[in-house]
Amino acid sequence: MGLEAYLKDTGFITTQVNAIIAWARKSSVWPMPMGISCCAIEMMAVGDPKYDIARFGSEVMRFTPRQCDLMIVAGTVTYKMAPVVRKIYDQMPDPKWVIAMGACTSTGGMYRSYSVVQGIDQFLPVDIYLAGCPPRPDNLLHALMKIQEKIGKTKASQFHNVPLKEEGVKLPELNVIQKN
Amino acid sequence: MDLKTLIPQKLKEKFPAVEFEITDYKDELTFKFDKKFVVEICAFLKSDPELEFKSCTDITAIDWATRKNRFTMVYNIFSMKHNFRLRLKADVDEADCKVDSVSSVWRAANWQERETYDMYGIKFNNHPDLRRMYMPEEFEYYPLRKDFPLMGIPGSLPLPKK
Amino acid sequence: MEQLEKETDPKILQALLASRNDYTIEDALENEMILNMGPQHPATHGVLRLLLRLDGERIIGCVPELGYLHRGYEKMAENMSYYEFIPHTDRLDYISPMANNVAWVLAVEKLAGIEAPKRAQYIRMMIAELARIASHLVAVGAFAMDVGALTVFLWTLREREKILDIWDILCGARFTNSYTRIGGVANDAQPEALAKAKWFIDQFEPYLAEVEQLLNTNRIFIERVDGVGVISKEDAIDLGFCGPNLRACGVEFDLRRNAPYLCYNEMDFKIPTYTEGDCLARYFLRLDECRESAKIVRQVLEKMPQGPVHADMPKQVLPQKDEVYTKMEELIHDFMIVNFGINPPVGEIYHAIEGSKGELGFYFVSKGEGHPWKCKIRSPSFNNIQSLPKLVIGHLISDVVAIIGSIDPIMGEADK
Ligand code: SF4
Repeated sequence: MGLEAYLKDTGFITTQVNAIIAWARKSSVWPMPMGISCCAIEMMAVGDPKYDIARFGSEVMRFTPRQCDLMIVAGTVTYKMAPVVRKIYDQMPDPKWVIAMGACTSTGGMYRSYSVVQGIDQFLPVDIYLAGCPPRPDNLLHALMKIQEKIGKTKASQFHNVPLKEEGVKLPELNVIQKN
Repeated sequence: MDLKTLIPQKLKEKFPAVEFEITDYKDELTFKFDKKFVVEICAFLKSDPELEFKSCTDITAIDWATRKNRFTMVYNIFSMKHNFRLRLKADVDEADCKVDSVSSVWRAANWQERETYDMYGIKFNNHPDLRRMYMPEEFEYYPLRKDFPLMGIPGSLPLPKK
Repeated sequence: MEQLEKETDPKILQALLASRNDYTIEDALENEMILNMGPQHPATHGVLRLLLRLDGERIIGCVPELGYLHRGYEKMAENMSYYEFIPHTDRLDYISPMANNVAWVLAVEKLAGIEAPKRAQYIRMMIAELARIASHLVAVGAFAMDVGALTVFLWTLREREKILDIWDILCGARFTNSYTRIGGVANDAQPEALAKAKWFIDQFEPYLAEVEQLLNTNRIFIERVDGVGVISKEDAIDLGFCGPNLRACGVEFDLRRNAPYLCYNEMDFKIPTYTEGDCLARYFLRLDECRESAKIVRQVLEKMPQGPVHADMPKQVLPQKDEVYTKMEELIHDFMIVNFGINPPVGEIYHAIEGSKGELGFYFVSKGEGHPWKCKIRSPSFNNIQSLPKLVIGHLISDVVAIIGSIDPIMGEADK
């Protein structure tokens, strides 16, 4: 059940470069577990044998942002922590996605208090808001599948973030892909 | 002898000049005295061989908002020898928001006092490292004071740019 | 260095350099190095930040920086009723939420003068001990993972999942439970939950032995942690160590024995102690405590009395939902309690239990209102982290990871 099934007798397939890049990307999303508090424990549970995130090609949790393309922000982000989260996000290479896991990261959750940021979308672009306090591990897997769906629909030429373009940052020339 | 009678007796003997206000509520003994004597009394309670209050469980303060002496320092100490918990209290006025630090008596008090400073703005004399415990250093307010709103003061804590 | 200076508060650097003040920052650059560890570091168990001052690879100064998870619990507690705060206690020490629930309700009950019925107390004991097992399993697993033994982590998490399944049956939530209520527990423990707990305890010990075998025969693991992070008995008490960490230094102190709450004085259990006070002792102690807890759970299940799980005090104890929907009286009480709180008498109390990390206490000042005037959370992790500088100084930088893992801090409760 993979590429091999198609390749069986002909030995080649015709497809778009866009499609194949998106397919490759979405099947190996490497998460950056930005575990801050309670939700991080449920994020750990996703990696354990019962829920097994490896089924979705995302078991490679990297603690260095430079090797990841999906940031799972799990836990309450306080004002003191916010610059750190942002910095780690900035260190991740494009293209990148963000899951705001749990009520806290999405809206501040049950912490309507002076030190908690009321939703990380105030300083980060967020792709998926995940409800629950904490979301069950199944729920996180669902979010991961949604992200994969999103990646699958994205064209390779759209794979970098918009703000970067606006700031005039020069992107490396990838002729084949971009002029497709 | 019962500790509940022994401790007041010992303290009165040792510190005749100090006025103690003793309460016993729900089996918890509390002493209240002037903040000048905090370090002396704590050191005595720790070192006395019959008492040995060697562990300092917790230090905090109470903000009474409208009272004359706005803050009360609270020290929860524990004697492992006797399994006995004791609470010491000392009033602190807002105008003179300073107490002597007991971190020379119990090293555990170091961070607990820092926390109290962070939350209430009570300064500790002779504290080895009086910094804010939780909030960023440039934060100007003291969150657990009753006049600080729960949702904080907008703009007092910066966020990174989007 | 310049960047570090820019991003780190000068006061923190000052504190770091204070240990030997014959160096200035520039000097330090030439001879020594300042290393920033955390707040986003896989081995700091959350968001602890350490600033280390290194001479080569040896640590000569360490300043922990907390507050990255400061959520303002104490302020929030002052603004909500005693009932409302129960869900918040789940998130204090999020590895063992049940134990925190128990701690909170016991403190409130002491303040308000309520006593829960026997069966409720037994259920509370059971959940507190299961929570301790779950917490120690994570602690041991994470500790082993930090020093490089990943398999153990997967095994202990698998065992923990079984406990979470018990919670699932018991109260419908697997992680943040909020199961206890003031004057009782939310609902009676179902026979299935009790059966599952029994099943868990029966099959648990062989698995634990397996974990132990895997680690104890692992020379890499043992040599990495043996004799690392030693702290003496006197220092430990003075620095406010508590819980398993304190017992690993040879102090036989456990609130379950020294200041019994619930029905612990009816239980037969040992308090394991070790005298070495190093990382290895702390690891052994946690495993031993798991066994003792299992023993307590077994006794609790055997002796579990029948009867109600709510105190009969309509003005203070929330009525059951099915009664609220059918009886006028109960509806009024429900309304009053939810809206105005339970109004305990004027006074102040401190009550602590032996949580899985150590002495977890709550100090309340009540003015007779529905919400506490002051609520102080005495969290064990906060006090445990305080001795970190003492533990790490003189060791190599890779030992820091092992030491943090062995004292098992949870930032949720350390930062409050
Ligand atoms: S959403 Fe709930 S479980 Fe998750 S970090 Fe926030 S409080 Fe904790």
